[in-house]
Amino acid sequence: MSLSVPDLNLRIIAPVLIVAISALVVLLGELVTSSAQKRGLGYASLVGLLAAGGAAMGLWDAHAVAFREMVRADNFGVFLTLTILAGAVLCILLSFDFTRAHRIETGEYYALILFSVTGMLLMVTAADLIIIFLALELLSLPLYILAAFKREDERSLEAGLKYFLLGAFSSAFFLYGIALVYGATGTTNLARIAASAPSEMLLIGAGLLLVGFAFKVALVPFHWWTPDVYEGAPTTITAFMSVAVKAAAFGAFLRAFLVALPALAMDWRVVLAIIAVLTMTLGNVAALLQANIKRMLAYSSIAHAGYILIALVAMGGAGVSAALFYLLAYTLTNLGAFGAVIALGEGERERLNVSDYGGLARMQPLLAAMLTVFMLSLAGFPPFAGFVGKFLIFGAAVQNGWAWLAVVGVLNSLVSVYFYLRPVVAMYMSEPVEGWGAPRVAPLVALALVLALIGVIALGVFPAPAIALAAGGLGR
Amino acid sequence: MIPLPFYLLLAAALFCIGLFGALARRNAIAILMGIELMLNAVNINLIAFWRYIQPAAPTWDLAGQIFALFVITLAAAEAAIALALVIAIYRSRDTVNVEEVDLMKW
Repeated sequence: MSLSVPDLNLRIIAPVLIVAISALVVLLGELVTSSAQKRGLGYASLVGLLAAGGAAMGLWDAHAVAFREMVRADNFGVFLTLTILAGAVLCILLSFDFTRAHRIETGEYYALILFSVTGMLLMVTAADLIIIFLALELLSLPLYILAAFKREDERSLEAGLKYFLLGAFSSAFFLYGIALVYGATGTTNLARIAASAPSEMLLIGAGLLLVGFAFKVALVPFHWWTPDVYEGAPTTITAFMSVAVKAAAFGAFLRAFLVALPALAMDWRVVLAIIAVLTMTLGNVAALLQANIKRMLAYSSIAHAGYILIALVAMGGAGVSAALFYLLAYTLTNLGAFGAVIALGEGERERLNVSDYGGLARMQPLLAAMLTVFMLSLAGFPPFAGFVGKFLIFGAAVQNGWAWLAVVGVLNSLVSVYFYLRPVVAMYMSEPVEGWGAPRVAPLVALALVLALIGVIALGVFPAPAIALAAGGLGR
Repeated sequence: MIPLPFYLLLAAALFCIGLFGALARRNAIAILMGIELMLNAVNINLIAFWRYIQPAAPTWDLAGQIFALFVITLAAAEAAIALALVIAIYRSRDTVNVEEVDLMKW
């Protein structure tokens, strides 16, 4: 028996390693810092994330595989890596004052976010089902804890327990799917799965994989956990989950189905099209009925998962680049919207009901204008990022013969305008609510909001560079 | 040698027992046990597939075996988090019955 040394090209996973090391440093730093110094750990994690971003940019056009084809550096992965890192940076900027006000300012909080980011980055570079599964768990396990992080709050604990039970349940299905794919093809490598002959067992395996992915990105009928978890979890964590998990899980979802299972596309495209219609419709209609803004944004995130699924159904280069652009636009917009909700909180109290937003336009005109921009972008109004994203996705669908799906998507966007504009109407038309003072916005929160705002407007007005980067392509 | 379908049937049966446990039980710990059973059913599948694929595959290809080891490790990590969550819930609510943990409903 001969032993060969596998190709340990650490450069390919440099972003993952940098985030993992900074997570460990922050975790150790927790031991030696006093409670007044916890802020420093947040700054340390920001440095780690930015360094990982630098390393990821160095991988642009690298087109390499490493670790016996377990991981792959292609422009698709780098684009999503940068999207996830941008989401994590904004989330940590929002966290500094939020964690202090809610008395959860600890090193573990930042370390767990970094561990989760490690899993996400690994997930979008994985070229093997084993790595995708391990990355999915590495991404999820810290989030179960983070959802329950506010331990004295029963809602937060409930969110953590529900997320855990349903998450573990769905990962068992995902794992069963991987086992069947492995049995049907004799390999877990995505490219080699594509090369083997389709069989019934492969089809069943693909169906079970779909259940696992559908749960993580919250597609109907696997979305039941989303509103409860998003409502109960600390708002910064909700913001982080709603964007970064989606980007990572959709990355692996697109890669697994487009690289490994194109031979079965006839079968899964129809199923995914039906799921997309159900997801968009249920997400938007249920969001109409919500009074709590976190629950409303939870259903809105379900609807957005439906829009992105249209891009996967459309397939081809246009579909992939539309999905990538949409994920970036959605990350910035949704973090901005949650950021505005966080900025409007007072101490431990948060403005959770739409009616709490009454009269804010007079007390905080700038913040009200920002929240309006983010809501308009989520609804898909030009000239903001959300409009270009929807335009690209519906365009890709029409181009590839799924015009009816694009029509359903457009009708759904129309419905969504109503609930996105409800807080806006309250801010500009209603009288201020008793018991709320004028909100004071902390400088770091303001920085995060301004960065998100610049991104949303820049992507909306000058989308061409980002579209060109998103078209970088999926390595096979 | 026992034919492959026997192993697959055993694994499918175990998976379904775990699935039933996870869906039918009300106690959070019992649900966790059901999920663990589902994961272990998949391990049987992985090892059985590996054993039957092996003659045609290169000798270094241990994917099925190694994956099963990863799954065992992961199940342990998952149990640690689940028990921590259950203890935290029990301290604040005095119950581990998932039907009584229902502050949020749509």
